This record gives sequence, structure tokens and C-alpha cells, in this order.
Amino acid sequence: MSAGKIYHIADYLLLAQLKSIVTAELLKEIKNESNPFTLNGGACLAMAGKDCVAIACDLRLGQQALTLSNNFPKVFNYGDVWLGLTGLATDVQTMHSLFRYKVNLYRLREEREIEPETMANLVSSTLYERRFGPYFVSPVVAGINQRTGKPFICGFDSIGCIDFAKDFIVSGTASDQLFGVAEGLWEPDLEPEELFETVSQTLLNSLDRDALAGWGAHVYIITKDKVTKRLLKSRQD
Amino acid sequence: MGGFDFSNHTRNAALMSAGMPAPKATSTGTTIVGCLYDGGVVIAADTRATSGPIVADKNCEKLHYISPQIWCAGAGTAADTEFTTAIVSSNLELHALSTGRKPRVVTCMTMLKQHLFKYQGHIGAYLVVAGCDPTGSHLYTVHAHGSTDRLPYVTMGSGSLAAMSVFETEWKKGLDREGAVNLCSQAILAGIFNDLGSGSNCDVCVITPEKATLMRNYITPNVRVPKELNYRFERGTTAVLQEKIIQKDELRRYITVTEVDAKGEATLTTDVMQVDA
Repeated sequence: MSAGKIYHIADYLLLAQLKSIVTAELLKEIKNESNPFTLNGGACLAMAGKDCVAIACDLRLGQQALTLSNNFPKVFNYGDVWLGLTGLATDVQTMHSLFRYKVNLYRLREEREIEPETMANLVSSTLYERRFGPYFVSPVVAGINQRTGKPFICGFDSIGCIDFAKDFIVSGTASDQLFGVAEGLWEPDLEPEELFETVSQTLLNSLDRDALAGWGAHVYIITKDKVTKRLLKSRQD
Repeated sequence: MGGFDFSNHTRNAALMSAGMPAPKATSTGTTIVGCLYDGGVVIAADTRATSGPIVADKNCEKLHYISPQIWCAGAGTAADTEFTTAIVSSNLELHALSTGRKPRVVTCMTMLKQHLFKYQGHIGAYLVVAGCDPTGSHLYTVHAHGSTDRLPYVTMGSGSLAAMSVFETEWKKGLDREGAVNLCSQAILAGIFNDLGSGSNCDVCVITPEKATLMRNYITPNVRVPKELNYRFERGTTAVLQEKIIQKDELRRYITVTEVDAKGEATLTTDVMQVDA
């Protein structure tokens, strides 16, 4: 709502009506496929390399088997930190705007960029605050600490338990597949270009075995002073 | 203490009543143990975190710092053990500062049980509390509903039966430091190999009146065999449709630009922070 605009009472009634329709629709969907983590589909993957990290996601947004969009990226940037969000799409967008707000406030207060480790604790406490009414998301944080130059990746469950991993983090509907492929393909100290191939192949091959994720992919290769974003060619089925 | 936000609860309750399953939290389907000895106390834990049947973390840390001489091993819902120990650690530090005394293990145990009892078991933290204070060496267990035990040797988590079988056959009075460390790590190994919810490595923490020593990955019986060959892909394996390279110094920062017109109404023009804007 823009400032100063006065809403007529009829608008409110319409809004309330719309809201109840949306809620009823959502409830109907939930009844059928009862799991908010798999309703919209999507996958995310982060890997650590030698002085570099990678974070990647698919582009699908669906409502169960029906694909609604093939341009719904799940990786967001906040200065020096990248955040991948999979799960219920409404919560993905809510969390994105919430963290944009929180990171902006952090920047104003501290007059510096947020480091990945700090972001991890921010995400964790934000999720745990809603321990008894969680957002249905599985976040992934990736970045390079600009002070130490150390690569950092970590993942979370929906109530904020941090998984600090030295190798890779997976999330989303393809997480089982990603776990298996990444466990086989990842190796330590990959250079940025090698890491790109490993991340991309891990993601693409996992997506091919998940009906709910795919339809394109974004891959970010992050080094201390350069970021490369690539759109991958992938199956469209 | 606590300060939870329940604003999503109504929505989630509606979803639950429509047949939605509860979200899968990372749980530390765990083996944790503790043992008193003459001159101190030892606690130990495995390092596996699970999410359903999936091993979510192969080398997580289940021994939590409370105060320099008090440490805590956690089982149950991983986020709950992490945050419950963190908040008690924080309050105990403030308490120690205001009283000017070293924090006591009973105080820590009481704060934990009162916090957990208040939440009637909904905070799924199962803890082994151990430490040394001016009154001696102490070992407690705290359950999620708020009950506590004080025993010379304790086990908790899904591997507690496997671990307890080791204690019940091997434990004797008057153990020394080495004996207690060995007994605890053997009990953890029993959990690692016989309980599906426990695995990977064994962490040990020894606390004496002088100092606490955390021995991270004290035993690593499940080291991955190095790969004989590698699966590195040749450069150019993956087809790329679009590429954008951004140098760090030209990375545009997260600033939302709004133009304010004469009437004072702000209109959102562009969000320049989007890397792909």
C-alpha cells in the first residue's frame, strides 16, 4: 500500500474475500499433497572449493505436478553473502524480504557488510524464534569471509539448527539425490572452474531424477574478488 | 528467556488440521554418556546428525560449552539442544558476574530443568550436564519434560542402551582419568556401531577442578577410504546459456532507491541491489 492512499471499506471486504479464497485454495492443496516442503518443488546446492565457493539452484515453481513458472530463482544475494531458500514458495519470498530488511539494518548499524558466519547466526536465530510456528524453508548460506578470505558454507533445518559442512550442503525436494551425487563427485581443493563443473553436473543430474525440480538452473561461482553467475542449459521436462 | 514468536502458529495449525505432517527437524539420534571419576568428570558423544533416515551431518558437535568448567552433551532435537544450552550459558555467565562466584553445576542443572519444564516437553532437549565447581565434581541428566538424575555414570539418546551395557559390565569404583576416558569412549563406540541413529566419530570432554579439555574427534573409527581415481569433469562439460561476471568492486550494494515526488509520495523506482537487475 502506498502512503496516504485511503482504502474504501469495499476494498477491505474484497481483500478479506480474496484472502479467504486464497487460504481455502491453499488448504485444498495441502489436503492433497499435505507437505509444504514439496508443494512448490525446488532444489539448492552449495559446495566449497579452494578459495572459492559455489551456490546453485533450479528455476522451477510449481503447484504439485503443475509447473507455474520456469523463472523462479532460489538464490539471493545480500552484499558478500548468498542465501539459497527452498521449501514453501510463499515462505521463500517472505524470508527473502525479511533478510533483506535485517541485513540492511545490520549495514546501517555496523557500517560494513555482513560476513557469512554472522549471516549464519542471523538466519539460525531468526528461524529458532519461530520454533513453534516455523517457516517451511531449508536455507543454505554461502560466501567468502572478506576479512579472512576463508570460504564458508552452511545449511539449516526449518527451526534453525546449523549444519556446518566443509564439503557441500544440499536442500530441497531433490536433496536425497543431491546427497548421493555430491558425495560421489565432490573432492577437496577444487579450483573455481573445476568447482563450476562439479556443482553443475551434481545439480543437473540430481534434478533429472526429481519430477518437482528442474526447468533451468542458476550457478554462482564466488571468489574473494569476483562473482560469476551462469544460467545452465538443462532439460525442460 | 525464550521469547518465541507464535505468529505463524495459527496458519500452521490450520495446515496441520488439514493433514500436514510436522516439519522434519534435524535430530541428534544420539549416543551421549558421562562418568564421574576420582578427581573430575568425563562426558562423551558421537558426531552423527540425522533427518529421518538421512545422515544430515557426519561430524557435528554435540558437546556444548556452558561455562569454563561446565559442559553439556545434547541429544534430541538438534536446534533445541543448541539454543537451550546457549541461553543457559548466557544467563549463567551473567549470574556468575553478578555474584562474583564461579558458576555451580546444580545452578546450571536447575536453570535447564526450569526452562524445559516451563515448555512442558515441547522443547526436545535431552542433556547430560557435567562440571567441576567449588563443591566438587558433578554429573546430571536432564530430560525434555524437566526431570533430572544425579548418578556416577549416565547415558542418553537412542544409543543409550548400547552405551549403558558397556557401563554396566565395565564400570567400577575409583576410576582414574584414563580409565574414565576409556570407558566413556568405549560406551560411545558401542552406540556408534550398534545404534543406527549414532555414528561417525567420538568426542570427549574431561573436566577437572583446574581446567576442561575438549578432545574433538578423540577416536575416528569411520574414516572414509580415499578415492583411487577422481571424477573431475573437463572444462566445458556443462552447457551454459548465459554468463555474467561481476568484479567485487563493481558489485552494487543493497540500496533501494526511491524517488519522492512533490506531494511527498514515495514511488519505488528500482532495486539496484539485484546482481542480475
